[in-house]
Amino acid sequence: MELLAEPRAGMLVVRAMNNRIDAAGAIQFKERMRELVQDASPRVVLDMARVDFLDSSGLGAVVAVMKLLGPGRKLELAGLTPTVEKVFRLTRMDSVFLIHPAVPENLRNAV
Amino acid sequence: MGAPAVARIVIPSDPLAVRDGLRALFDTLLLRSLPEDHRGTAEIVLAEALNNIVEHAYARDQGEIELTLMLNGTGLVCRIIDSGVPMPGKVLPTGVLPAPPDAAVPDALAEGGFGWHLIRTLSRDLAYDRVGGQNLLSFRLEAGQYPR
Repeated sequence: MELLAEPRAGMLVVRAMNNRIDAAGAIQFKERMRELVQDASPRVVLDMARVDFLDSSGLGAVVAVMKLLGPGRKLELAGLTPTVEKVFRLTRMDSVFLIHPAVPENLRNAV
Repeated sequence: MGAPAVARIVIPSDPLAVRDGLRALFDTLLLRSLPEDHRGTAEIVLAEALNNIVEHAYARDQGEIELTLMLNGTGLVCRIIDSGVPMPGKVLPTGVLPAPPDAAVPDALAEGGFGWHLIRTLSRDLAYDRVGGQNLLSFRLEAGQYPR
Protein backbone atom coordinates (compact mmCIF):
# COMPACT_ATOMS: atom_id res chain seq x y z
CA MET A 1 0.00 0.00 0.00
CA GLU A 2 1.85 3.04 -1.25
CA LEU A 3 0.87 6.34 0.34
CA LEU A 4 2.61 9.60 -0.43
CA ALA A 5 2.40 12.28 2.23
CA GLU A 6 2.84 15.92 1.33
CA PRO A 7 2.75 18.45 4.14
CA ARG A 8 1.24 21.77 3.10
CA ALA A 9 0.36 24.87 5.08
CA GLY A 10 -1.94 23.65 7.83
CA MET A 11 -2.73 20.46 6.01
CA LEU A 12 -1.28 17.05 5.33
CA VAL A 13 -2.21 15.65 1.93
CA VAL A 14 -1.88 11.87 1.66
CA ARG A 15 -2.13 10.45 -1.83
CA ALA A 16 -3.16 6.80 -2.16
CA MET A 17 -1.09 5.46 -5.04
CA ASN A 18 -2.65 1.99 -5.32
CA ASN A 19 -5.86 1.49 -7.23
CA ARG A 20 -7.53 -0.60 -4.51
CA ILE A 21 -8.14 -0.38 -0.78
CA ASP A 22 -9.58 -3.82 -0.15
CA ALA A 23 -9.63 -6.66 2.37
CA ALA A 24 -6.15 -7.73 1.30
CA GLY A 25 -4.68 -4.27 1.95
CA ALA A 26 -6.89 -2.65 4.58
CA ILE A 27 -4.71 -3.42 7.61
CA GLN A 28 -1.58 -2.22 5.84
CA PHE A 29 -3.35 0.96 4.75
CA LYS A 30 -4.43 1.67 8.32
CA GLU A 31 -0.97 1.01 9.78
CA ARG A 32 0.77 3.17 7.18
CA MET A 33 -1.76 5.97 7.75
CA ARG A 34 -1.17 5.67 11.49
CA GLU A 35 2.52 6.50 10.91
CA LEU A 36 1.80 9.35 8.52
CA VAL A 37 -0.73 11.15 10.70
CA GLN A 38 1.81 11.50 13.52
CA ASP A 39 2.44 14.77 11.70
CA ALA A 40 0.45 17.28 13.71
CA SER A 41 -1.35 18.97 10.82
CA PRO A 42 -4.84 19.97 11.89
CA ARG A 43 -6.26 18.76 8.61
CA VAL A 44 -5.54 15.48 6.88
CA VAL A 45 -6.79 15.13 3.31
CA LEU A 46 -6.75 11.67 1.75
CA ASP A 47 -6.55 11.93 -2.02
CA MET A 48 -8.36 8.88 -3.45
CA ALA A 49 -8.34 9.92 -7.10
CA ARG A 50 -6.29 6.85 -8.08
CA VAL A 51 -8.38 4.42 -6.06
CA ASP A 52 -10.95 2.84 -8.31
CA PHE A 53 -12.10 0.16 -5.89
CA LEU A 54 -12.86 0.13 -2.18
CA ASP A 55 -14.67 -2.70 -0.36
CA SER A 56 -16.23 -2.68 3.09
CA SER A 57 -12.91 -3.64 4.70
CA GLY A 58 -11.30 -0.66 2.99
CA LEU A 59 -14.16 1.55 4.13
CA GLY A 60 -13.69 0.28 7.70
CA ALA A 61 -10.01 1.16 7.50
CA VAL A 62 -10.76 4.72 6.34
CA VAL A 63 -13.19 5.09 9.25
CA ALA A 64 -10.54 3.71 11.61
CA VAL A 65 -8.07 6.34 10.38
CA MET A 66 -10.63 9.05 11.10
CA LYS A 67 -10.78 7.76 14.69
CA LEU A 68 -6.97 7.66 14.95
CA LEU A 69 -6.88 11.40 14.41
CA GLY A 70 -8.68 11.95 17.69
CA PRO A 71 -10.81 14.90 18.69
CA GLY A 72 -10.07 18.22 16.99
CA ARG A 73 -8.65 16.73 13.80
CA LYS A 74 -10.70 15.52 10.90
CA LEU A 75 -10.01 13.24 8.01
CA GLU A 76 -11.14 14.76 4.73
CA LEU A 77 -11.44 12.89 1.46
CA ALA A 78 -10.81 14.07 -2.07
CA GLY A 79 -11.25 12.74 -5.59
CA LEU A 80 -13.62 9.83 -5.01
CA THR A 81 -14.05 7.73 -8.15
CA PRO A 82 -17.60 6.53 -8.97
CA THR A 83 -17.40 3.04 -7.43
CA VAL A 84 -15.71 4.36 -4.29
CA GLU A 85 -18.26 7.13 -3.99
CA LYS A 86 -21.05 4.57 -4.27
CA VAL A 87 -19.71 2.57 -1.30
CA PHE A 88 -19.55 5.71 0.85
CA ARG A 89 -23.05 6.74 -0.17
CA LEU A 90 -24.77 3.38 0.28
CA THR A 91 -23.30 3.00 3.77
CA ARG A 92 -24.15 6.64 4.60
CA MET A 93 -20.50 7.26 5.43
CA ASP A 94 -20.58 10.15 2.96
CA SER A 95 -22.27 12.11 5.77
CA VAL A 96 -19.32 11.62 8.11
CA PHE A 97 -16.46 12.89 5.99
CA LEU A 98 -15.87 16.24 4.40
CA ILE A 99 -15.56 15.18 0.76
CA HIS A 100 -13.86 17.40 -1.82
CA PRO A 101 -14.08 16.90 -5.59
CA ALA A 102 -10.29 17.34 -5.65
CA VAL A 103 -7.53 18.17 -3.15
CA PRO A 104 -8.16 21.72 -1.96
CA GLU A 105 -5.51 24.12 -3.25
CA ASN A 106 -5.09 25.83 0.08
CA LEU A 107 -6.97 26.62 3.25
CA ARG A 108 -8.72 29.62 1.77
CA ASN A 109 -10.26 27.54 -0.97
CA ALA A 110 -11.38 24.89 1.43
CA VAL A 111 -14.97 24.47 2.54
CA MET B 1 -29.44 -16.31 -29.52
CA GLY B 2 -26.37 -18.39 -28.60
CA ALA B 3 -25.60 -20.08 -25.31
CA PRO B 4 -25.20 -17.68 -22.40
CA ALA B 5 -21.65 -16.45 -21.90
CA VAL B 6 -20.01 -17.93 -18.81
CA ALA B 7 -16.91 -17.14 -16.77
CA ARG B 8 -15.71 -19.30 -13.88
CA ILE B 9 -12.87 -19.01 -11.40
CA VAL B 10 -11.79 -21.25 -8.52
CA ILE B 11 -9.63 -19.55 -5.92
CA PRO B 12 -8.15 -20.44 -2.54
CA SER B 13 -9.76 -18.81 0.48
CA ASP B 14 -7.39 -15.89 0.91
CA PRO B 15 -7.84 -12.09 0.63
CA LEU B 16 -5.05 -11.76 -1.94
CA ALA B 17 -6.53 -14.57 -4.02
CA VAL B 18 -9.87 -12.74 -3.92
CA ARG B 19 -8.19 -9.59 -5.21
CA ASP B 20 -6.30 -11.42 -7.96
CA GLY B 21 -9.34 -13.51 -8.87
CA LEU B 22 -11.53 -10.44 -9.24
CA ARG B 23 -8.86 -8.74 -11.32
CA ALA B 24 -8.66 -11.76 -13.65
CA LEU B 25 -12.43 -12.00 -13.84
CA PHE B 26 -12.93 -8.33 -14.63
CA ASP B 27 -10.32 -8.64 -17.32
CA THR B 28 -12.34 -11.27 -19.20
CA LEU B 29 -14.16 -10.30 -22.36
CA LEU B 30 -17.42 -11.25 -20.66
CA LEU B 31 -17.07 -8.55 -18.01
CA ARG B 32 -15.33 -6.05 -20.24
CA SER B 33 -18.50 -6.04 -22.29
CA LEU B 34 -20.46 -4.50 -19.40
CA PRO B 35 -20.86 -0.75 -18.91
CA GLU B 36 -18.34 0.76 -16.47
CA ASP B 37 -20.98 1.52 -13.83
CA HIS B 38 -22.31 -2.03 -13.91
CA ARG B 39 -18.80 -3.46 -13.63
CA GLY B 40 -18.04 -1.33 -10.57
CA THR B 41 -21.22 -2.42 -8.85
CA ALA B 42 -20.62 -6.06 -9.73
CA GLU B 43 -17.13 -5.88 -8.28
CA ILE B 44 -18.45 -4.45 -4.99
CA VAL B 45 -21.00 -7.25 -4.56
CA LEU B 46 -18.65 -10.05 -5.61
CA ALA B 47 -15.84 -8.76 -3.40
CA GLU B 48 -18.14 -8.58 -0.37
CA ALA B 49 -19.50 -12.08 -0.97
CA LEU B 50 -16.03 -13.57 -1.45
CA ASN B 51 -14.50 -11.72 1.51
CA ASN B 52 -17.30 -12.96 3.75
CA ILE B 53 -16.48 -16.53 2.78
CA VAL B 54 -12.78 -15.99 3.51
CA GLU B 55 -13.47 -14.36 6.86
CA HIS B 56 -16.42 -16.36 8.13
CA ALA B 57 -17.17 -19.59 6.23
CA TYR B 58 -13.51 -20.60 6.23
CA ALA B 59 -12.56 -18.30 9.10
CA ARG B 60 -9.03 -18.10 7.66
CA ASP B 61 -8.83 -21.89 7.22
CA GLN B 62 -7.82 -23.26 3.85
CA GLY B 63 -10.45 -24.05 1.29
CA GLU B 64 -11.66 -23.35 -2.19
CA ILE B 65 -14.22 -20.93 -3.52
CA GLU B 66 -15.85 -21.42 -6.90
CA LEU B 67 -17.43 -18.46 -8.61
CA THR B 68 -19.48 -18.78 -11.78
CA LEU B 69 -20.88 -15.83 -13.72
CA MET B 70 -23.39 -16.12 -16.50
CA LEU B 71 -24.39 -13.20 -18.65
CA ASN B 72 -27.89 -13.54 -20.02
CA GLY B 73 -30.85 -11.34 -20.89
CA THR B 74 -31.63 -10.56 -17.24
CA GLY B 75 -28.13 -9.45 -16.29
CA LEU B 76 -25.20 -11.16 -14.65
CA VAL B 77 -26.19 -14.33 -12.77
CA CYS B 78 -23.65 -15.16 -10.05
CA ARG B 79 -23.18 -18.44 -8.18
CA ILE B 80 -20.63 -18.90 -5.42
CA ILE B 81 -19.87 -22.26 -3.79
CA ASP B 82 -17.66 -22.93 -0.77
CA SER B 83 -17.13 -25.83 1.64
CA GLY B 84 -16.76 -23.76 4.79
CA VAL B 85 -19.04 -23.66 7.82
CA PRO B 86 -22.71 -22.83 7.19
CA MET B 87 -24.22 -19.39 7.74
CA PRO B 88 -25.32 -19.06 11.37
CA GLY B 89 -28.87 -20.45 11.52
CA LYS B 90 -28.44 -21.36 7.84
CA VAL B 91 -29.84 -17.99 6.84
CA LEU B 92 -28.21 -14.92 5.33
CA PRO B 93 -27.50 -11.93 7.56
CA THR B 94 -30.14 -9.22 7.32
CA GLY B 95 -27.63 -6.59 6.29
CA VAL B 96 -29.15 -3.87 8.43
CA LEU B 97 -26.73 -0.97 8.62
CA PRO B 98 -25.15 -0.11 11.96
CA ALA B 99 -26.65 2.95 13.68
CA PRO B 100 -26.71 6.02 11.41
CA PRO B 101 -23.20 7.46 11.45
CA ASP B 102 -22.70 10.62 13.47
CA ALA B 103 -19.66 12.67 12.52
CA ALA B 104 -19.78 14.40 15.91
CA VAL B 105 -18.99 11.14 17.70
CA PRO B 106 -16.23 9.54 15.62
CA ASP B 107 -15.36 6.98 18.29
CA ALA B 108 -18.84 5.49 17.94
CA LEU B 109 -18.55 5.00 14.19
CA ALA B 110 -18.84 1.41 13.02
CA GLU B 111 -15.85 0.03 11.13
CA GLY B 112 -17.68 -3.04 9.85
CA GLY B 113 -21.08 -4.54 9.27
CA PHE B 114 -21.45 -2.98 5.82
CA GLY B 115 -20.85 -6.03 3.63
CA TRP B 116 -24.28 -7.65 3.63
CA HIS B 117 -25.95 -4.28 3.36
CA LEU B 118 -24.03 -3.63 0.15
CA ILE B 119 -24.79 -7.11 -1.20
CA ARG B 120 -28.50 -6.84 -0.42
CA THR B 121 -28.79 -3.31 -1.78
CA LEU B 122 -27.01 -3.99 -5.05
CA SER B 123 -28.17 -7.51 -5.95
CA ARG B 124 -31.45 -9.16 -6.94
CA ASP B 125 -32.85 -12.68 -6.28
CA LEU B 126 -30.38 -13.30 -3.47
CA ALA B 127 -30.56 -16.95 -2.36
CA TYR B 128 -28.60 -19.16 0.01
CA ASP B 129 -28.68 -22.90 0.47
CA ARG B 130 -26.64 -25.49 2.30
CA VAL B 131 -26.29 -28.66 0.27
CA GLY B 132 -24.00 -31.62 0.88
CA GLY B 133 -21.62 -29.70 3.15
CA GLN B 134 -21.38 -26.75 0.80
CA ASN B 135 -22.66 -23.20 0.89
CA LEU B 136 -24.44 -22.10 -2.28
CA LEU B 137 -24.97 -18.39 -2.73
CA SER B 138 -26.59 -16.98 -5.81
CA PHE B 139 -27.79 -13.59 -6.94
CA ARG B 140 -28.35 -11.53 -10.03
CA LEU B 141 -26.75 -8.22 -10.91
CA GLU B 142 -28.95 -6.21 -13.15
CA ALA B 143 -27.60 -3.29 -15.12
CA GLY B 144 -29.43 -0.03 -14.61
CA GLN B 145 -31.50 -1.05 -11.60
CA TYR B 146 -29.17 -0.06 -8.81
CA PRO B 147 -29.73 2.87 -6.53
CA ARG B 148 -28.17 5.76 -8.36
